[in-house]
Amino acid sequence: MKQLPEDLVSIRLTVNGVVRSLDVHPGETLLEVLRGRLRLTGTKRGCEVGECGACTVVLDGRAVNSCLVLAVQADGAEVLTVEGLAREGALHPLQRAFLEHGAVQCGFCTPGMLMSAHALLAQDPSPTPDAVRRAIAGNLCRCTGYQAIVDAVLAAAGEANSS
Amino acid sequence: MMIGEKDKDRPWLLGRPEPRVDGLGKVTGEARFTDDLDEVGQVWGVVLRAAHPHARIVSLDVEEARLAPGVVAVLTARDIPGNPFVGGVVQDQPVLAGTAGAGGGAGHDLDRVRMLGDGVALVAAETEAQARDALGLIRVGYEPLPVVTDPREALRPESPLVHDRGNLVVHHGVRHGDPAVGFEYAHRVYERAYATPRIEHAYLEPECVIARPVEGGGVEVVGSIQNLFSTRRAVASVLGVPLNRVRIRHAVLGGSFGGKDDVMTVMACRAALLARATGRPVKMVNTREESMLESYKRHPYFLDYRAGVDRDGNLCAMRMDIVADAGAYASMSPFVTYRSVVQAAGPYRCPHVWTDVRAAYTNNPYTGAMRGFGSPQVNFAIECLVDEIAEDQGLDPLTYRRRIVFRDGDVTPTGQRLAGHRVSLDEVLARIGDASGFVDKWWRYRAAREAPAAFRRGIGVACSYRGVSLGAEGVDAAATFVQVQPDGSVIVSSGVTDMGQGAQTAVAQCAAEVLGVPLDRVVFLNTDTSRIPDSGPTVASRGTIMGGSAAADAAAQVRARMLEVAADLLGQPVKNLVIREGLVGTGGAEGSFVPSRLTFADLAGECFRRGVALAALGWFRAPPTSWHEETGQGIAYFTYVYGANVAEVVVDSGTGRVRVEEFWSVHDCGRVVNRLGAEGQVHGGVAMGLGYGLLEEFEVEQGVPKASNFDEYLIPTAMDVPRMHVEFVENPDPAGRLGQKSLGEPTNEIAAPAVVNAIANATGRRIREIPATLEQVLIGRRLTRSGLRGSEVARGGEASCKVRGEEG
Ligand code: FES
Ligand code: FES
Repeated sequence: MKQLPEDLVSIRLTVNGVVRSLDVHPGETLLEVLRGRLRLTGTKRGCEVGECGACTVVLDGRAVNSCLVLAVQADGAEVLTVEGLAREGALHPLQRAFLEHGAVQCGFCTPGMLMSAHALLAQDPSPTPDAVRRAIAGNLCRCTGYQAIVDAVLAAAGEANSS
Repeated sequence: MMIGEKDKDRPWLLGRPEPRVDGLGKVTGEARFTDDLDEVGQVWGVVLRAAHPHARIVSLDVEEARLAPGVVAVLTARDIPGNPFVGGVVQDQPVLAGTAGAGGGAGHDLDRVRMLGDGVALVAAETEAQARDALGLIRVGYEPLPVVTDPREALRPESPLVHDRGNLVVHHGVRHGDPAVGFEYAHRVYERAYATPRIEHAYLEPECVIARPVEGGGVEVVGSIQNLFSTRRAVASVLGVPLNRVRIRHAVLGGSFGGKDDVMTVMACRAALLARATGRPVKMVNTREESMLESYKRHPYFLDYRAGVDRDGNLCAMRMDIVADAGAYASMSPFVTYRSVVQAAGPYRCPHVWTDVRAAYTNNPYTGAMRGFGSPQVNFAIECLVDEIAEDQGLDPLTYRRRIVFRDGDVTPTGQRLAGHRVSLDEVLARIGDASGFVDKWWRYRAAREAPAAFRRGIGVACSYRGVSLGAEGVDAAATFVQVQPDGSVIVSSGVTDMGQGAQTAVAQCAAEVLGVPLDRVVFLNTDTSRIPDSGPTVASRGTIMGGSAAADAAAQVRARMLEVAADLLGQPVKNLVIREGLVGTGGAEGSFVPSRLTFADLAGECFRRGVALAALGWFRAPPTSWHEETGQGIAYFTYVYGANVAEVVVDSGTGRVRVEEFWSVHDCGRVVNRLGAEGQVHGGVAMGLGYGLLEEFEVEQGVPKASNFDEYLIPTAMDVPRMHVEFVENPDPAGRLGQKSLGEPTNEIAAPAVVNAIANATGRRIREIPATLEQVLIGRRLTRSGLRGSEVARGGEASCKVRGEEG
């Protein structure tokens, strides 16, 4: 980390498998960097105080609210956003399950939900319904009543386990 | 264009759980919400908001702000070229408040702020930070005025006036029979007072627009806008240009629930003003704090109910007096309270019903449309009351309801005979009773009340009937445009907006049903006011019936032309031909289908080569309604939907904590268009209804909101929402082109009373004010705030007894 003029700080992070070098303000959040500088607008801004989960990304394997993480804290880290889920044009099983189960309505919470679910399944490949609910308890959804989301996560887990 | 009976009776695609037509981008992150868009050369627009909930503006100095770094324009009310007021029903809301002499029409003053969310000045700057910094340089001199916050007080003659024309926004009455006569033969009379909270829509996406100046003095606006045509009317009026110079589109919307109407209209007007003033694209985005402060809410209601029951247990008279808090501006209050006055007595036979609903201006955040639209409040009151009457009559609440609910041919309190469709409430109640094991559980849990227990179980029911679409509130027609491409793919656009509820999918599925193509061949375009006729607002759960019926109309026109060509190619008469799953074939009356080698795609190509018009505009006008203002009698809505909810709860006797363990929801919404979408509507509506019953209140003290973000305003999380069981009773309705009706709002209007009735079953305690907080459940009143409000508190009185009547 070297100090630059005008208080800019150089950081390097891996986003969806691509190494990015950026000069950021010390107060800039990871959310602002992803949306503003990298134009990865799939990650959403819903509250900016860590309450809604719309900005959830996976940072070194853990689901975090990117509005609460300073970009400089992510220096050297590996970040996965919703844009990084599909591989070579093939949807991730979670994305497919969300579509098939009607887990998407307005879709504003969806990227955050997907990332929370992704982090959960990486740690616990066969979660119980309660464990899924706990894992997404920090992600607000006003549209779906959560039921289809829980079903979708469980279905994606089942599919991954049977293959 | 007629649609063959086979469309209605034997749908091949309707009812299937098809994935959303707009789903893919939402799981990949490619879906573009307004804040994901930027324009080359754009500046940022921000708003200076009021510092007092009620004050006259005596001075306004923006000079310093104009000179601040990066600032491109600073605007006040004086800079508005056209009409400075907006409002869907009453034009009483200033786009910006200003100083005296800044304009304004008769009966309005522009020179004061009436709520904290009001705007006073606009700044556009090169960056958002520069724009926000400049706000601090604007000097506003205020002369504070007395604040009124209780709508019942606002209606007293001595109250401070929020608007010069008086604080009464609207008064609706229903006069059916004569309660004085009815109460004469009442065996028991029940008098109860209920109250419901102000709540926030809490759509996850905060408001956002981008406005771009275009030639001829107009603008193009893209935004998170629910009702594009009302926004267009307002923007044109504020700029003083004709409608065709204003083009409004929506990007992908992150939820609305009735909430992205007026607040978006105001934001679009402000962005349009800045775009005209700067000559550059202007982007405005609310923070969550700004959103909660500025956006309108669901009306808090105070409801006094009086009901008489005869010796046989039938309702013989009802008298209801209801006051709604409109907040600072009328918004949709006149229409919201219309629905309340029509549906206040619930779906029950009663010969003598008088209802009064009044809405009053206060200095609270303004209130407007929210999912349910005046029904959740009255449904809460009537469903709690009927539940209590049932228990008092020695019956379980489900059996009692089945005795008194509307059936085919019954007459509503507005004098409307329910005919032409199946009045299915008894069927709905029977189904939910079986599914939930209601009657047996209700008696068991009631008996268990006698013994002490740390946790008590309870089960509760609520039901409703609901008028479909706008009713006698307004003009009710909608357009859908269907184009078949030469390769057989289809493009649909419609005047109804998808806010996330799935209108695009439902409307596309109606078009695909009639055309005979799989849904994945259809692309749906976001609504654009310059490319589709004014179709009214996407409100009142009218998207599927209105947009879908118009889609069926358009698709039938195109199909008829295509079948002519198919008849020629296949040497078959048109009447034998059917298109299904993208194949053309022959079909019989029993729904049989024998495909030929001709595909829909090949047929489309041949039609194109022969110069056949492969596009059509479909139009659907709702059947007639009527309304007599003085008596409140008439055909209030052209048809109705029916629904019931059952909640099973566990109450912690020590803390008052309520856990909803299981939930059942049964609806007759006519023909189900998309099972996946329909179930999703129910799940989301119920979750929101549970928040209403147990959790949510947007508290405001002396005009100042107490919550500004999701850390203080709590909505249900995945941990708060139970497993939900959803069933549909499908009675196709002749009112919808394909037998479909409405679903979005009925799902949301009866969850709260079902839960509160379940709490009563568990504890024996009737809660008449929601949300049912811990202290409500434990001791039957609020500790955080007095059950009495406003002047009653000021008088220090235990003045009004909330529970009157025999057993108090
Ligand atoms: S935007 Fe980060 S939690 Fe809401
Ligand atoms: S789908 Fe709209 S907030 Fe979750």
